[in-house]
Amino acid sequence: MNGDEACCEGALAVGCRFFAGYPITPATEIAESMSRRLPQLGGIYIQMEDEIASMAAILGASWGGVKSMTSTSGPGFSLMMENIGLGICTETPCVVCNVQRAGPSTGLPTAVGQGDMMQARWGSHGHYEIIALSPSSPQEMFDMTIRAFNLSEYYRLPVIILADEVVGHMNERVIIPREDDIEIINRRKPSVSREDYLPYEADADGIAPMANCGDGYRIHVTGLTHDERGYPAMNAKAQEQMVTRLVGKIRNNRDKIISTKNFYLDDAEVVVVSYGISARSSMKAVRDARNEGIKAGLIKLETIWPFPEELIRSIAPQAKAMIMAEINGGQMVLEMERCVGGACPVSLVGNYGGAILHPNLILGAISKAARGKT
Amino acid sequence: MTTSKPVKNIPPHPMDSLLRTERIPHIWCPGCGIGTVFSAVIAAIKNTGWDPNSIAMVSGIGCTGRMAGYIKLDSFHTTHGRALPFATGLKLARPQTKVIVVSGDGDLFAIGGNHFIHAARRNMDLTVICVNNLNYGMTGGQQAPSTPLGAKTTTSVNGSPEEPFNFSYLASACGATYVARWTAMQVRSLRSSISEALEKRGFSFVEVITPCPSSFGRRNRMGSALEMLKFYHGRSVIRGDIDPKDASMDIDKEIVVGKFVDIERPTFLDHYEKFNRPQMPPWRSMHPDNQKGR
Repeated sequence: MNGDEACCEGALAVGCRFFAGYPITPATEIAESMSRRLPQLGGIYIQMEDEIASMAAILGASWGGVKSMTSTSGPGFSLMMENIGLGICTETPCVVCNVQRAGPSTGLPTAVGQGDMMQARWGSHGHYEIIALSPSSPQEMFDMTIRAFNLSEYYRLPVIILADEVVGHMNERVIIPREDDIEIINRRKPSVSREDYLPYEADADGIAPMANCGDGYRIHVTGLTHDERGYPAMNAKAQEQMVTRLVGKIRNNRDKIISTKNFYLDDAEVVVVSYGISARSSMKAVRDARNEGIKAGLIKLETIWPFPEELIRSIAPQAKAMIMAEINGGQMVLEMERCVGGACPVSLVGNYGGAILHPNLILGAISKAARGKT
Repeated sequence: MTTSKPVKNIPPHPMDSLLRTERIPHIWCPGCGIGTVFSAVIAAIKNTGWDPNSIAMVSGIGCTGRMAGYIKLDSFHTTHGRALPFATGLKLARPQTKVIVVSGDGDLFAIGGNHFIHAARRNMDLTVICVNNLNYGMTGGQQAPSTPLGAKTTTSVNGSPEEPFNFSYLASACGATYVARWTAMQVRSLRSSISEALEKRGFSFVEVITPCPSSFGRRNRMGSALEMLKFYHGRSVIRGDIDPKDASMDIDKEIVVGKFVDIERPTFLDHYEKFNRPQMPPWRSMHPDNQKGR
């Protein structure tokens, strides 16, 4: 199946039963698959009037106690930003799959891009932390959609899947595990009485148990800065407390969230870092480099956000050079540069979208770096 | 903006069971019509006799949006204009819950206008209460899609150059199954319309013309809150039998009030179930007819 269909199947496997969306290339196949499959499983597919409404609807459905998701591409992702912020502030579990195409604006609807990495991180206003995953194959579309739901249910926030057009549209074999072998994490429920329940009082790990609409707790949920009762609190102290916790629940658990796949790192002199479809070009380039006798290695980012700061920091001093391969003008390379902190030269292999990175391009950069030139 | 502090030595109020009393006093201005609508909504809810745990309120942003923060139900204060799509998701996830949307004219019909027409078209099973105060109150009184032609606001100091919407007509044209309009002075009729709207299956809509003495009234020299109430009431003409397109909403001539639409039409879920039925027996369990609750 293709990556979009695999995303749908992964969502269904982990218990997603509500999808609200709006057609957009190259994510339409997720919506189409959902519209076919959800009724069979007792779920709801609704095609909303736009992506703003889609995002609002999945937040509402999530508070109704149903695992929900939407899918989109760049222009729709832009429209979703405000309500992604509402999801962050109200701590609403849900999943947004952005099958990236080349921008800005309408750009190249049918061609690949990886230009929404920073938008996923900072696109909604105010300060917050986000979780974003990046699959490189239809199999990972399946697996990471499951993980995205599990992370969103556990940490209570919208989790972004930053896929891309090539991964979304490529057909590959997808192995669907037995039902029992799929890990499913559901949101933590309140264990105290209705009188004692404070909707935004967190447990020791920073996560607050969540009462759904209709559970009898009669919660109030607002996008205004709020206190532990969920009531608006219009002052700097409440703002500090709320955002500290929203940020802290991700930052303090980043070791559990961050996931990378590392190849040939032990003796690597030139380390390529990449993600999504570009990680596959990078893998080929790194193997070719090894065949040429260059000690090259690869860090494939499975989580884009939070960024694996500690890993990059520890690798950089041992490396001769580090290369970021991505289909944009240089986004994650900035984050890498920050973490490397001058410990080794950092360079970018990128394009502005429309085509994948040819492995030879990355191989060229590896060879150059191995010769001490960047 | 008022921070919540407990008020002492006040005897219990009959509506306390549905109020977050610890959040009183509220932020609304003296003379604002929202309080009247709020108490009519609470009275109508009590009148239904439904379990409060099976009712939810969703609001957008603005003065009316704050209603959700004072009612003791599952209540959601969402983003500006997006109460309806949020409520759509909530309702489809929990069909057994009665979902009430309360919002202002700007929220529902300017920034949220597209959502309104589509929610009505789909016949989402929601009750929508629109507090129409003819301007944006929360931000200090700017021109809204309801502002009468020529009326003064902070963004139309020489008079609004735009013709306003007629919300009740719009609602009926988009397919609402229940449409009524009252002024804030017609409390008994308002309460009974909200009751009927709550009992209605499908997209029900009640519009209330309310005074905003702090902004709209002040800039248009309409006098005190009471004078505004009486003014709107004086302009109102009860016409229950009228075609909604003739239900004029013109504060200078005539505010036609009454119940304009009360029809039956299958809801989104009715159609969804019908078309998907061949392959979806498990889904039946989500249908409201098969749910316990209200």
